[in-house]
Amino acid sequence: MVDVPLDTFGGLPPPEVPDVDLYHPKSWVTKYVFSQDAKVIAIQYSATAMSIGLLALVLSWLMRLQLGFPSIFSFIDATAYYQFVTMHGMMMVVYVLTALFLGGFGNYLIPLMVGARDMVFPYANMLSYWLYLLAVVILLASFFVPGGPTGAGWTLYPPQAILSGTPGRDWGIMLMLISLIIFIIGFTMGGLNYVVTVLQARARGMTLMRMPLTVWGIFTASFMALLAFPALLVGAVMMLFDRLLGTSFFMPSLVEMGEHLSYGGGSPILFQHLFWFFGHPEVYIVALPAFGIVSDLISVHARKNIFGYRMMVWAILAIGALSFVVWAHHMYVSGMNPYFGFFFATSTLIIAVPTAIKIYNWVLTLWRGNIRLTLPMLFALAFIVTFINGGLTGLFLGNVVVDVPLSDTMFVVAHFHMVMGVAPVLAIFGAIYHWYPKVTGRMLDETLGRIHFWITFLGAYLIFFPMHYLGLMGVPRRYHEMGEMAFVPQSAQTLNAFITVMALIVGTAQMVFFFNVVWSYFKGKPAGHNPWEAASLEWQTPETPPPHGNWGRELPVVYRWAYDYSVPGAASDFVPQNQPVASRPASDEDR
Amino acid sequence: MSSIILFLVVIGTIGAWWLSKQRLMAKPWLEEGIHGGFPGLESSPVPASKIGLGIFLAVVGALFALLISAYSMRMQMSDWRPVPNQTMLWPVTGLLVMSGAALEWAKVAARTRDLEALKAALVAAGLFALAFLAGQLLVLRRLTEVGLVLTNNPANSFFFLIIGLHGLHILGGLVALGRTIYKTHRTRDPDRLRLSVSLCATYWHFLLAVWLVLFALLTGWAEDFVAICRQLLT
Repeated sequence: MVDVPLDTFGGLPPPEVPDVDLYHPKSWVTKYVFSQDAKVIAIQYSATAMSIGLLALVLSWLMRLQLGFPSIFSFIDATAYYQFVTMHGMMMVVYVLTALFLGGFGNYLIPLMVGARDMVFPYANMLSYWLYLLAVVILLASFFVPGGPTGAGWTLYPPQAILSGTPGRDWGIMLMLISLIIFIIGFTMGGLNYVVTVLQARARGMTLMRMPLTVWGIFTASFMALLAFPALLVGAVMMLFDRLLGTSFFMPSLVEMGEHLSYGGGSPILFQHLFWFFGHPEVYIVALPAFGIVSDLISVHARKNIFGYRMMVWAILAIGALSFVVWAHHMYVSGMNPYFGFFFATSTLIIAVPTAIKIYNWVLTLWRGNIRLTLPMLFALAFIVTFINGGLTGLFLGNVVVDVPLSDTMFVVAHFHMVMGVAPVLAIFGAIYHWYPKVTGRMLDETLGRIHFWITFLGAYLIFFPMHYLGLMGVPRRYHEMGEMAFVPQSAQTLNAFITVMALIVGTAQMVFFFNVVWSYFKGKPAGHNPWEAASLEWQTPETPPPHGNWGRELPVVYRWAYDYSVPGAASDFVPQNQPVASRPASDEDR
Repeated sequence: MSSIILFLVVIGTIGAWWLSKQRLMAKPWLEEGIHGGFPGLESSPVPASKIGLGIFLAVVGALFALLISAYSMRMQMSDWRPVPNQTMLWPVTGLLVMSGAALEWAKVAARTRDLEALKAALVAAGLFALAFLAGQLLVLRRLTEVGLVLTNNPANSFFFLIIGLHGLHILGGLVALGRTIYKTHRTRDPDRLRLSVSLCATYWHFLLAVWLVLFALLTGWAEDFVAICRQLLT
């Protein structure tokens, strides 16, 4: 252990940057509605994202009802089915997961974890949320326009996305594209805040290598999103031009209903490149914050420092960089030069290396730890196994020869739901159970939480494990109903019905969580400042919940990393990051 | 997609260089107390807004690199008919150069605390930028008049789209410039405006650089370069 006494510098060095000029709200509206406080904005983001998440969940139920019990529900015709599929996918990926991880957790945790008073650009931060809300409203508006929302599939592939015959061709697709454009502009404002706050507003002593991995994950994901979202923006603008102004960026020559359309020469593949140049980093934009959060949950609740911290940081950076050179593995069936296929398969498999390092390190952190099976720990453990499951099937699909026959089957649906749906949602729940006491000052109810956990965890496996099997049998995705398919046995339909029943049960179980969140806010057990005995900075605020400005009169000073648990010779089994170095005699180990 | 990959390589190199200075080899589990190299020991930290602008420019750069990628992919199709050279783009480009030069003048005026010169320089920069936008609109109008409308060839579509998106970024910059001009009327101390002026100048120079690349692309001079890149990558 290297001790560097404070007086080396003749007292404390000056703060890194002058205190942020905090905007002090003068009315209820500026305090809770048009708020510039990152914590309020975080709650606004989270509440909006969760509301959209609930709607997307209901849409998935409707899809499952059709797949499990075809033709029983007359209102779920083919048009409605495709609209539900499209809106469920886009809502969950962009408007729920991205917004919740970066807008929700990013806003709440970054300033608190790095010891800042707020984000560096609070006004832009506020605008970011309101643009996000506008994007959400526009997206939802598409349910109420003639023709309804787009049913082009969440990938919005042209030419079919803007051809008549595709649901929502008139208004739905335009509203979707406009909503995405606004979302991206709003996110850019937020993303700049997250990145620059980490770079410029860290507390004294908070070096990059002392930051909790949650901050590393959100920081890297935000930077990736800033570079990846422009691809979706360019694609959306160009498709909007094709739809509205009749250009042919993506539209080839087409004959529709016997009539030659005015389009000609456009390249649908160009859109696929742009979409997946955003789409694949997006997987890691969601995964990296989840990785960071899970690392912190495991360390705190196993009372052990995170194993291989440096390697964890490097792995986050490596995954972030590599995720920009694998996009075309989503396009194997679109046709490409075999050498490109080889390149993208190889780069896809290489990403498994830093990812595996992270998983080994989580397991080694647990090894001989003083594991407390709290709710956050249960969700973190569930995340690890689920991510391993989803990741392994990703290795199958990363290989061209395996991907081609499995493409467009339920196997793919099962894979990406495990790796990008269930796993991040488990991390989100773990994070909420972990940080809810800091946000509200009260604990979430343990019994309700355990009911929620077990139904969600086991139920998710009962939904998605059989789906792999369906995919291997050749059951196609994106089909409104299977009809007569010689190669699909009747038992597949029984399995489909079972999956639907499980989806209804798991979805309903989420009401237990929402009830718990509301009930505990009023009746939950008081949490105190640091109920988990955590070492990171957000648990050391003078007040809980932290007030505007977070830290009272003085910003904290950081003396160590965020993972000093079970330190030999220490008075307690955790040492907060801002606890000054005790003037203790050097031990033999130090010498 | 070679343009965007090339752009990301540049960004990645800058990122790697920066990270190499961040003690990523440190062993934080062995370091206790306050140690050297942590933020706050530097005498003049870079303002957050400068860092913010730098990252925003990377985002804008990615946007245009993607457009260039799309342009170079689409131009390989058989129906591509390049837009005839627009000589008027030369003087229009000169206007953007003048606008950037005026902002450099503004930076000097702010440094020498000459408030009147600062006001004049900022207003001149704004006027030149507006003239640049008007010139762009005129070019598009002329194209339309000779029948080269948005939809009749993909080259035209890209021409309109790229000029439009670049113009939108200039418009955004004009909002920031307008705020800075407004601030010059609210303060007597040019020192307080130095950062804003410097940020405007950086943004303007970046948009000029982007425009020069787009200009070369749209007028066909960059075609050889694009062809070489494509050959190298394929």
